Amino acid sequence: MRKDLIRSSIAVVVFTVLLGLAYPLVMTGVSQVVFPGNADGSLIRQSGKVVGSHLLARDFSRPVLGADGRPQMDADGNPVTEPDPKYFQARPSATGYSGSTTYFANRGPNQASTRDLTREHLEAYLQLERPFSPGLKASQVPVDAATFSASGVDPDISEANAAIQARRIASVRKLPLARVRELIKEHTDGRALGIFGEPGVNVTDLNLALDQEAR
Amino acid sequence: MTQGFLQIAVFCAILIAVVPLLGAYMARVFQGERVFLTPVVAPVERGLYRVFRVDPEQGQDWKAYGRSLLVFSTLFGVLLFVILRTQGIHPFNPGDFKSGTWDLSFNTTSSFLTNTNWQYYGGETTLSNFSQMAGLAVQNFVSAAVGISVVVALIRGITARHGDGTLGNFYKDVTRIVLYILVPLSIVATVVLVSQGVIQTLGGTVGGLARGPVASQEAIKLLGTNGGGFFNVNSAYPFENPTAFSNLFEMFIILCIPAALPFTYGRMVGSRRQGWTIFGAMFSLFIISVVVVYLAERHGTPAQHLAGLNTDQFSGSGGGNLEGKEQRFGIASSSLFTAITTVVSCGAVNSAFESLTGLGGLVPMANLGYSESVFGGVGTGLYMMLLFVLLAVFIGGLMVGRTPEYLGKKIEPREVKLVSVGALFTALIVLVFTALAVGTKYGGPSVFAEGPQGFSESFYAYLSQANNNGSAWAGYAGYLQPDAPGNAGAHGVTFADIMGGFAMLFGRYVPILAVLAVAGALARKKVAPAGLGTMRTDTPTFAVLIIGVVVLIGALTFLPAFLLGPIVPSLTTHLF
Repeated sequence: MRKDLIRSSIAVVVFTVLLGLAYPLVMTGVSQVVFPGNADGSLIRQSGKVVGSHLLARDFSRPVLGADGRPQMDADGNPVTEPDPKYFQARPSATGYSGSTTYFANRGPNQASTRDLTREHLEAYLQLERPFSPGLKASQVPVDAATFSASGVDPDISEANAAIQARRIASVRKLPLARVRELIKEHTDGRALGIFGEPGVNVTDLNLALDQEAR
Repeated sequence: MTQGFLQIAVFCAILIAVVPLLGAYMARVFQGERVFLTPVVAPVERGLYRVFRVDPEQGQDWKAYGRSLLVFSTLFGVLLFVILRTQGIHPFNPGDFKSGTWDLSFNTTSSFLTNTNWQYYGGETTLSNFSQMAGLAVQNFVSAAVGISVVVALIRGITARHGDGTLGNFYKDVTRIVLYILVPLSIVATVVLVSQGVIQTLGGTVGGLARGPVASQEAIKLLGTNGGGFFNVNSAYPFENPTAFSNLFEMFIILCIPAALPFTYGRMVGSRRQGWTIFGAMFSLFIISVVVVYLAERHGTPAQHLAGLNTDQFSGSGGGNLEGKEQRFGIASSSLFTAITTVVSCGAVNSAFESLTGLGGLVPMANLGYSESVFGGVGTGLYMMLLFVLLAVFIGGLMVGRTPEYLGKKIEPREVKLVSVGALFTALIVLVFTALAVGTKYGGPSVFAEGPQGFSESFYAYLSQANNNGSAWAGYAGYLQPDAPGNAGAHGVTFADIMGGFAMLFGRYVPILAVLAVAGALARKKVAPAGLGTMRTDTPTFAVLIIGVVVLIGALTFLPAFLLGPIVPSLTTHLF
């Protein structure tokens, strides 16, 4: 027993130093040298400031202005926002697209709250897109547009979703629809090895490209 | 649908092509033979034995082996608890997080010590990089090594020819497993993950984005079947799992060691057919669970249909129940991940289990109900499966009316008693603790959802913790944090933290001691030559018998609970 206590105490210290400090610190060094951009988080910088990551969705909404031209506030004193029609909209997020506090929406298959939230998402989507896609039916809305993503910052939307939003973007930005479709294609990731996962359109990168186009 | 089944088929083909090689490599490591890493690693290995003051050639009987294991684990538990409780004074704390509460720290300590990685805490909002690296990631390595060491000891007991009762040396086994298997694989995996965009930095939050040394932890979290995410949403978060390829890679590294161990076993007992038989039984149950969860998730849920959402596949949209799933993975790769992480006792998730369809949610529950014996955790899975194999031998022996024997060793009352304890104890904890959680007022504050879903949350919490899986129906809470970040104003749900912590400790160490006792008993037995009446244990028939035993024990024990939880929603469109 005493021998075990001594041996184990030494082993605990040695393994903690080897596996808890040496291993992660060496791997950090290697990663920072070999893939510096990736290791830091594929960050997007604008005029020197980090404004997001290519891997994460952002909140592409704008404040709603009241009659006095000032941003409207809700009962809790937070600004009321609406989707910014200039931008492709990412999937619904339970976390407000937070990159610092993540959690699942946890909406079960037979919960009334799931039905209500899904309906809300569906109606909001139709309200935003219908002026630009007359006759758009609920049955034509792809699932990704009305369901919470897992991470809250899913950067991708389906190709069908992007195709619907493209009409709005072309109209609001006064771009030829063909050009918007071209940009969508450029920012679509296919399946891994042609087999695994689903194709997705990276909304964060696509919106950056649209802003570039405007310049 | 063809596309989804193609993903599943190609994944399985890759797996079956690679794991026999890894299995053979591990067998050489466990038997102390020379491998290609020996020239690099052997000097470090010898150095460690000197520092630990261990004579690696000194064999231990099952009691000595078990004592070393318990002392080693207890001291590590104390260290982890102290690290979490004194987090505020450690370096590498860019978010300036305070120390954890005592009840939550107890739960987290039990969780990582036992290879469970149940997470009542939120990683990015409560833990410093120091706690993640020196506290949790170390446990990811050593708890995995301890699990593997136990199955190695059991295999030595089964194959022992000398009868002196020794099972090897615990310190030597753990050291070799860490140095020759876990560390090299983790280094390679970290580089692959970073190449896909997984982050690895000591810089803290920047531009509102929480960051940390994620890739190094992700690698061992999956390889060691631990499953504790750096981020609260685990492998769904793009910084942990950014692409469809990283997802494929992560699924592979979760499954590779548990799926290779049957081949290691076949080599060590000197009959590769024995290994293939066990692998075949595991693989059959695995494939069934993948197909069921995939087919279930391709349909939407009653709530979605009542909201007017069209969940059919059409041009440009994969359809299905995408609630709580990521677009880049889609239904098939999310379903595959879900099945893998629950047959293996990993518990990392790339989608939200709470949002699975009714029938889809039954799959993770059933996989846990098999006591994590279908591939299972690293080491733990194979030893649980070997307990079921011994049960199958015993039942088969009763059927043909002969003294049951396995690989030349007679299975006698003492072994059968110990096997029963090892195989049934975890289920007992699950049922008793779930009953306490739903039958008393103390379990209530943790529950999030109404109706059967709320029962599923409670049941899954104890099923997952007792079986050391760690995945969750994440609405179930053990920790409340109103003012993130910094732990200010946070408090634990003491009842859930404490009972969960004990579920994990009992669910880990009682079976381990039973397994070591079985190993010790078998090690002393003489080998009898196989006769005409000996039941063959390397045939497809025997594989079917194993499957029968596993399913019977899992299904019979938990059927009533399955009915109350996920089966109700899968039979009705009623909302709760």
